[in-house]
Amino acid sequence: MKEFLYELKEGLLISLRAIGANKARSVLTTLGIIIGVTSVVLMSTAINGIDNAFQNGVASLGSDNLYIDKWEWFNNDTPWWELRNRRNLTVEDYERYKELAKIPLAVAPTIWSFQNIRYKNRIVESIIIQGTNHEYIKTTNLTFKEGRFFNELESNSGRNVVVLGSEIAKNLFPNGYAVGEYVRIKGHKFKVVGILDEQGSWVMGNFNPDKQVFLPLQNIYKYFQSADFRSITINVRAKNSLMVEATKEEAIGIMRRVRGLKYNEPDDFSINQQEGLLNTINQTVGVIQIAGLFITGLALFVGAIGIMNIMFVSVKERTKEIGIRKAIGAKRRTILSQFITEAAIICMIGGTIGLIIALILSLVVNQFLPTSVQIDTIILAIVISIATGVVSGFAPAYTAAKLDPVEALRYE
Amino acid sequence: MNIINIEHIAKIYQVGSEEVHALRDVSLRIEKGEYVAIMGPSGSGKSTLMNILGCLDTPTRGLYEFKGVNVSEMSDNELAAIRNREIGFVFQTFNLLPRSDALHNVELPLIYAGVPAHERKEKARMALEHVGLADRIHHKPNELSGGQRQRVAIARALVTEPAIILADEPTGNLDTKTGEDIMALFNEIYEQGNTIILVTHEEYIAEHAERIIRIRDGLIERDEKVVNRYIPQKNGASKL
Ligand SMILES: Nc1ncnc2c1ncn2[C@@H]1O[C@H](COP(=O)(O)OP(=O)(O)O)[C@@H](O)[C@H]1O
Ligand SMILES: [Mg+2]
Repeated sequence: MKEFLYELKEGLLISLRAIGANKARSVLTTLGIIIGVTSVVLMSTAINGIDNAFQNGVASLGSDNLYIDKWEWFNNDTPWWELRNRRNLTVEDYERYKELAKIPLAVAPTIWSFQNIRYKNRIVESIIIQGTNHEYIKTTNLTFKEGRFFNELESNSGRNVVVLGSEIAKNLFPNGYAVGEYVRIKGHKFKVVGILDEQGSWVMGNFNPDKQVFLPLQNIYKYFQSADFRSITINVRAKNSLMVEATKEEAIGIMRRVRGLKYNEPDDFSINQQEGLLNTINQTVGVIQIAGLFITGLALFVGAIGIMNIMFVSVKERTKEIGIRKAIGAKRRTILSQFITEAAIICMIGGTIGLIIALILSLVVNQFLPTSVQIDTIILAIVISIATGVVSGFAPAYTAAKLDPVEALRYE
Repeated sequence: MNIINIEHIAKIYQVGSEEVHALRDVSLRIEKGEYVAIMGPSGSGKSTLMNILGCLDTPTRGLYEFKGVNVSEMSDNELAAIRNREIGFVFQTFNLLPRSDALHNVELPLIYAGVPAHERKEKARMALEHVGLADRIHHKPNELSGGQRQRVAIARALVTEPAIILADEPTGNLDTKTGEDIMALFNEIYEQGNTIILVTHEEYIAEHAERIIRIRDGLIERDEKVVNRYIPQKNGASKL
């Protein structure tokens, strides 16, 4: 063990001398490794970021939820025109479902509309206005930064009250203090009763609650669009994840009854689940992962070939040196590990440079996509670069180790 | 005590379809404390013999015993260990690592011997002092004269306190004056009790040794004591 450490230390020192003697070449050689490691770090950072955001998104919406809708969200089993020809779901459908459903934890209708929202001279354009009722909050995990959700009385009587998503609140009220103020939507005044906490689920686009506002459902029909303009969605929350399937079975039965379907008619509604969203996101992440893996693999491969090439040149150039070392007692194993160490160090230097570049780039990327570089990513990058060095340095090192000392000494 | 005992050594190189008999049938013994010159014209097989004696190369045929141990049967690693501990090489072209300073060049064999850093630096410094280069330890080979380079090489050969020093035409790349200084240094080393084998094609250089083995066409022609050995002037070194 002591002997091994001694050899390792001396090997490192000898390799550092050799690298120091060929600085420019060593740095150029590492380009492939630099690119490889940069992409490893950036890729896994991005994937972490997407994953986190998605977890947040699912968490804020609730993972035990079902969404009864005219549309099928994720799977495209049913042709588009068939979905289109379905009758809209109405508020009456919701009321009858709610009456009959025994097992859900909470049920709420939602309908959305694209509108601009203003406060004084500030405006946020084309946001999703969710019309719903006081039960809605129970179907989600949303929490409040300020104020509260609208209550049953406000909901039933269709008061002009509104709850703002965090980003909307930030844009309209940069100084805070929004609760109690009045915002305008399509010219109508709404009193702000609550501000949501930031959910950070940016992957969900416009369905990100941070970018939405919520108000009593009647107001949508009263001010923004007629009742037959768009189907409603019924948000259903199961009691727990074990109850999701049962809740779904029950919902199908009840909805068929509510919609008056005969036994041979197909469902004219869809029961959507987060799972669908999960699949979609996983597919996206998968594509990014494969692309990342491909780029990384390619860069590392090119890098490895470069290192191997340069190490072969180095061995050739230093044939005489190898002869001298052997003449004064270097064993094959010593020469082998010297050159492998050299390749590994060159790669590690490349890896470190790549890591630094990636850290800087990830600060830039962070402006668009909230990410953080994980410590295991850093370790992974270093390990990958050293491994590349060892693998690509082996063949040249082996050639060096088995050189005949007499031949090597005669080499000019 | 015999350090070296070779019997009926032959070395044959295969060059294309032709066989080159570099050594045909060579037997000799060298004892501890001897100063032997191997003399012969160019191409006679001197270097081939020295490479075999130095365990850099193995003979095609014959027996080689180093300190009573059969070297012909040794593995690569064992040969490397013998070269490292028992043999000190001095070459015509010095063969120093060009990018390393004198100190590192001299400590290199000790690195391979596994000597701890402070101990080997001390030994390397002493060896350099011994050859008169105490003030040049951090000079790189290209910052040293030919004679100084050969002194670094000699210090490197001495630093492991080997059983034998093998010098292949050590003055071949030096002018007469500097060559004489180097020969004076070898004489000094010999007088301190070291065993030296000196390869040369010059009669005058060979006469520094106490025994001359003449070799021609891969055969020993004559093996004789030098009656009136040439003892070089020691003070030559200071004029370096
Ligand atoms: N590696 C080799 N391959 C083929 N022939 C060689 C090799 N080394 C030496 N020889 C031949 O062996 C003979 C002796 O060479 P060498 O020992 O170098 O002679 P010297 O050192 O006495 O000048 C020469 O004819 C030389 O050409
Ligand atoms: Mg020769």
